[in-house]
Amino acid sequence: MSRIGVFICHCGENIAATVDCPRVAREAASMPGVVHSVDYEYLCSDPGQSLIKDAIREHRLSGVVVASCSPRMHETTFRRAAAEAGLNPFRCEMANIREQCSWVHADREQATRKAVDLIRMMVHKVARNESLCPIKVPVNKTALVVGGGIAGIQAALDIANAGHRVILVEREPSIGGHMAQLSETFPTLDCSQCILTPRMVEAASHPNITLHVYSEIESLTGFIGNFEVKIRNKAKSVDLGLCTGCGACTLACPLAGRIGNEFDRGLGKRGAVYIPFPQAVPHKPVIDRAKCLRFQAAQKKGIPVQDCSVCGKCADACPIAPRKAIDFSQEDVIITEKVGAVVIATGYELYTGGRPRPGDRYAGCGEYGYDDYPDVINGMQFERLASASGPTQGRILRPSDGLEPQTVVFVKCVGSRDNAKGFTYCSKVCCMYTAKHAMLYRHKVHAGRAIVFYMDVRSPGKGFDEFVRRAIEDDDACYIRGRVSKITREGGKLLVQGADTLSGEQVEVMADMVVLATAMTARHDADELARKFRAAYDKDCWLTEAHPKLRPVESATAGVFLAGACQGPKDIPDSVAQASAAAGKVLVLFSSDELQREPLVARVNRTAPPQYSTCTGCFACKAACPAGAIEVEDITDKAGNTVKSVARVNEGVCQGCGTCVAACRSGSIELCGFTDEQVFAQIDAL
Amino acid sequence: MTLPNQTPRSTCTLGYYPGCALHGTSKEYDISVRAVAAELGQELREIEDWNCCGASAGHSTNRKLAACLSLRNLALARQQNLKTVLTPCPLCSKQLLSAAAEVAANPQVRSEAEQTIEMSFGGGVRAINYIQYCTDSLDAISSRIGEGLRGLKAACYYGCLLTRPPKVVQFDDAEHPTSMENVVRALKGEPVEFSCKTDCCGGGFTQSHPEAVLRLSRKILENAKAAGAEVIAVACPMCQVNLDMRQAAIEKRYGISLGLPIVYLSQLAGLALGIDRKKLGLGLHFVSMPERGA
Amino acid sequence: MLTLHDTTAAEFRAAVEASLGQKAALCYQCGKCTAGCPMAWDMDLSPNQVVHAVQLGMREKALRCKSIWVCASCETCSTRCPKDFDLARTMDVLRQMSLEAKMACPEAHDIIDFHRSFLNSIRRHGRTHEPEFIAEYKLRSLHFFQDAWNAVWMALRGKINPLPRSISGKAAIRRIFDRCRER
Repeated sequence: MSRIGVFICHCGENIAATVDCPRVAREAASMPGVVHSVDYEYLCSDPGQSLIKDAIREHRLSGVVVASCSPRMHETTFRRAAAEAGLNPFRCEMANIREQCSWVHADREQATRKAVDLIRMMVHKVARNESLCPIKVPVNKTALVVGGGIAGIQAALDIANAGHRVILVEREPSIGGHMAQLSETFPTLDCSQCILTPRMVEAASHPNITLHVYSEIESLTGFIGNFEVKIRNKAKSVDLGLCTGCGACTLACPLAGRIGNEFDRGLGKRGAVYIPFPQAVPHKPVIDRAKCLRFQAAQKKGIPVQDCSVCGKCADACPIAPRKAIDFSQEDVIITEKVGAVVIATGYELYTGGRPRPGDRYAGCGEYGYDDYPDVINGMQFERLASASGPTQGRILRPSDGLEPQTVVFVKCVGSRDNAKGFTYCSKVCCMYTAKHAMLYRHKVHAGRAIVFYMDVRSPGKGFDEFVRRAIEDDDACYIRGRVSKITREGGKLLVQGADTLSGEQVEVMADMVVLATAMTARHDADELARKFRAAYDKDCWLTEAHPKLRPVESATAGVFLAGACQGPKDIPDSVAQASAAAGKVLVLFSSDELQREPLVARVNRTAPPQYSTCTGCFACKAACPAGAIEVEDITDKAGNTVKSVARVNEGVCQGCGTCVAACRSGSIELCGFTDEQVFAQIDAL
Repeated sequence: MTLPNQTPRSTCTLGYYPGCALHGTSKEYDISVRAVAAELGQELREIEDWNCCGASAGHSTNRKLAACLSLRNLALARQQNLKTVLTPCPLCSKQLLSAAAEVAANPQVRSEAEQTIEMSFGGGVRAINYIQYCTDSLDAISSRIGEGLRGLKAACYYGCLLTRPPKVVQFDDAEHPTSMENVVRALKGEPVEFSCKTDCCGGGFTQSHPEAVLRLSRKILENAKAAGAEVIAVACPMCQVNLDMRQAAIEKRYGISLGLPIVYLSQLAGLALGIDRKKLGLGLHFVSMPERGA
Repeated sequence: MLTLHDTTAAEFRAAVEASLGQKAALCYQCGKCTAGCPMAWDMDLSPNQVVHAVQLGMREKALRCKSIWVCASCETCSTRCPKDFDLARTMDVLRQMSLEAKMACPEAHDIIDFHRSFLNSIRRHGRTHEPEFIAEYKLRSLHFFQDAWNAVWMALRGKINPLPRSISGKAAIRRIFDRCRER
C-alpha cells in the first residue's frame, strides 16, 4: 500500500501570496494514499529538507510529492534528500505550483483549487512510481580528436597530459592546420609558426598521443564512453618507418616546381612527391597519386603500379637500403579503435571570392576579378607572401611580374555580411587580420601605400582596438569607409572603383595589388562529416553547439565535443580556449570509470515464451528514434536459432524523449518514470 | 554563370517586337535582323498593333504606366499566339520581362493592370534578346557561313540591360558575360576582351544630357580601341547611337582619334552569311565600317 | 537639423517602402552602389546618400535632389548590392514622387522635359514619332540647334520617318495614360 507524503512550499511570498498553502495541505491529507501532509516556508532550505527526511523515516513513506517550484530548479535537491533518508530518489516527484500556478494566476480561489488538482495528479502518479536505479555505462578512457590544427593539437595535449590516450587524426600530410600558414598573428605580431611548431612537435612525440596523418574518419558508431571509430590511413606511398625525411625524392621528382602547392594556395609549387612545408610534422613526404606520372600511367594502362615502368625517379633517389622508403604498392588501411569521447576540431575553409562555380554553397564574386587577375589575391595568399618560409621568402611581390607593389588595396567583407551572395554572418577575424596585413606591408615596403576599404571595424578582443589604431595612426594605413564595386585591369595596374560614404564621393585607386578579405566558411564536406558524428549543423554548415550561451563546446550528441572554427568563425585565442574547454569536458567524462545516466529511458516489454514480447518487430520505433538508441535484438533458442527479432533500447544512448512510445503500434515500449499507467492515472485524477 | 535560357521554339515562326527605335533612327538594326532571319528561313511575325514600351520616360516617371504599356504588348502577343518574342532592343525586352514577372507574382497587380489596358493576359509569353536569338540559331548559322567574318577583331559591348538586373533578365553573367563573344566566334570573328563591356554608355541621355554620353561613351570607345578592336559589336540601339552618332563629338571634345565602327550583331551575322552590305544597312552609320578585302 | 520625433519623416519613408516593397533599413550604407555608379560624378547626393535620406525620412532632400534625375537607370547598383536592395527601382519611385509633389530639381529640367515630350508622343500615337517629340523637346528646352546637322544627315539617308504612324489602338493608349495618371 502507498504511504505518500505531501510537502507544500510557501516559497516565501512566491506561492503563498496567491495559493492558500495551509488549505492545500489540509485537502491533500485526504487524498488516497497520503499519510502525511504539511506546508512549510522554504522546503529547499536545510531545515526544509530535514523536514522531509525526518518525515520519510518517521512515517515510513513509500513516495514523496514536493509541491513547490519547477523540477528544473530543485528536483535534484529533493531526490538527493530522499535518497539520504533511504527512499529511492525516483519515488520523489515535484508538483509545480509556482511557475505553472502561483506565478501565472491572480485569482486566489482559482489558483488554490488548481494547486490542489496538480498535487492530486502527482499523488496518483507517485502511487505508481517504481524504484529505478541509475544506469551505469562503462567509459573507455581514450579520446579521439579529429583535426590537427591548433584546436585539435591543444585539445589532444590537454587530454594526453592528464594521463589519457589520445588518437589524433589529421587529413593533410602534416598537422598544424591553417595556423601554420600564417605569417604573424594579431595582436602581438608573434611569428605564427614559431609559437605553433613547438606544440606540433609536442603532440607528435607525446607518449599518450597516437598520430594518424593523411587519414580520415571512415565511420563512427556507438555511444558516449563506448564509441568505435574506423580510421582510413590513406596510402602515402612512403614507408614512414624507413623514411628519414631527407627530401631527396622531392628534389628528384620531374614534376617538382610544377604543381600549385596547397599550402601556399597556388603561389608556390611542389612536385608529385612532396613535403607540404619545411616545418611539417611529421617531416615525411607523400605521393599525390592523382598527379604522379607513374600512378597515372599505371591507371591508364590498367596495370598495377609496381609493374609500371614510367618514372620512379623518387624511388631511385631514395638513399635508404636495402629496402627503399618509397613504396608504390602501399594501399589504404582501415584501422579500428575504441574511444570514449570525440572532439571535433576540423576547422574552416575560405570563400574563394572568384567566379561562380556550380555546386558552390555560395554565389561567386565576379566583380573583383580574383579568377582573372593574378595580382588580386586573398588574405591567406597574402599570409604566404608575408611568411618568411613562403614562396617569396617573406617579400611582398606581385604574382604577375614579381615586382614589389607600391600601392596595395585591401578589401574587407568579401563574402561576409553579403546577403546577395548567401552569407548572413560576419567572419570575425578579417578586420583584425586586414589591419595586420596593412601593417606588415608597410613594415616591409616603407614607401608603399596601404589603402583599406571597410564597412566597419570590429576589434573587440584584448589589445585588438589598440592594434587597429596602431595600423592607422602609426603605420599610416589609409582607411576608407565604403565598399569596392568593381576591379578591372588597366595596363599593368588594377583599377579599383570604391566609395567613401563619409563624404559621398567615389574613390578610384590604381593599385599594384589587391588583397581580398574573403569570408571564413565551413568545410565543403562539413555536413558529411557532421552526419558521421551525428552532430547537428546550421544552414552554413557550422557545427551546432548544445546551447549557444551555456554549452559552447558540447554537441547535441553526448560524448561528442566541438572545438575551434568548425563551430563558427573565430580566431586563435578563442580556438585554443574552446579546445581546452572541450578537453575539460572530456576529462570530466573520464574522471570516473562508469558513467551514471538517469534511468528515465524507454524499455521494451518482455513476456513469457513463446511470445517473448508483445513487440512485433516492426521497428517503427527504430526509425522514429532521433538518437539512434534502438537496436535489433535477436531472441535465440538453445541451439542458437533466431526465433524472434524484437526492438531493444540502448540505455546508454536513449535520451528519454518518448518518441518511440508514440510510434509503437503494439504498445510494447514504455518510458520508465512516465509509463502509460502513470500518465493516465494523472489524467483520471483531474 | 547563367546560361542563355533555352526556349523550346515550336516552329520557325517567332514573334517580333521591334520597338520605336528600330522603326525610327535605328532602322538598320531592324533591316539587318529581318535580312538575317530571311536568310535562315525563319519567319518573324511582328506583333500587330504593338505600342511603345515607354522606355526610360515611362518607368522613370510613372511605374504603373510603364507596366501597363508593356502588359498590352504581352497581351497582344498572347492573343496572336506568339509565345516567344524576339525583342532586339534590351530596354523593351527588360520592360516586357519585368511586367510579366510583376503580374505573375501579384494577382492584384495583374487584375488592376488588366482593367487598365482592357485586355487579359494569362502569361506564357517570353521575350528574348538578339544574342539569345543568335545562340538559338547557331547551328543554322554555322552551317551557312563560309569564311564568315575572317577573323574580324570585334569588342563585344553589352551595355547595361542585356545582363542587368540579373533577377529580371536572367541572361548570361552580369560581371563577365560571354554569350556575345560565343556568337562572334561562331561567325568566325575574333572577340577582343576589354574591361568596359558592361559599363553604361549614357543610355537615354543622348539628347537630354549629352555631356554624360560624351564622358561615359568615351571610356568605352578608348578602352575597346586600346584592346585592339577593329569594330565594337552591339545589340542595343541606344548604345549604338551613343557610341556612333556621338563619336565625332567625343573625338572633338577630348582631342582624340577613334574611328571605331559600331556594328549591330545582326549586321555582323549578315556579313558572315554573305548578305549584301546595303541590305544590312551598313551605310546608315555615322562611322562606317570599311569593306573587308577579299 | 533632423528632428526624429517629427512624424512626416516616418510617413515619407513608409510611402517609399510601400511602393518599393522593401524596407529602407535593409541598406547598411556600405557604399558599393556609389562606388559603381557611372553618373555619381554628376550627382549632388551620392547614391548611398539618397537611400540614407529615405532611411531618415528626409523628404525634401530626397525629392529635390538632382541625383535622381541624372541617374541613368543602368541597374549596376541593384545588381551589386550585397543586401539585394533595389536602388534602381527606388530611383524610379522617388522620381515619380518628386514630379507628383512638384519638387523636381530645376537643374534637371532638360531631362524632365525630354521625358515629358517622349510620353506625349506615345499618348498621341501609341508609338513615338521622333521628329515630333524631338521638336517638342527643343521648344521646351530651347536647344534648337542640337544635332541639327546629324538630323540632316540622317534624313538624307532615310533614317527619319517624316510622318507619324498611329496604331489602331491609340484611343486605348490614351485611356491607359489617363487611368495611370489618376490620383
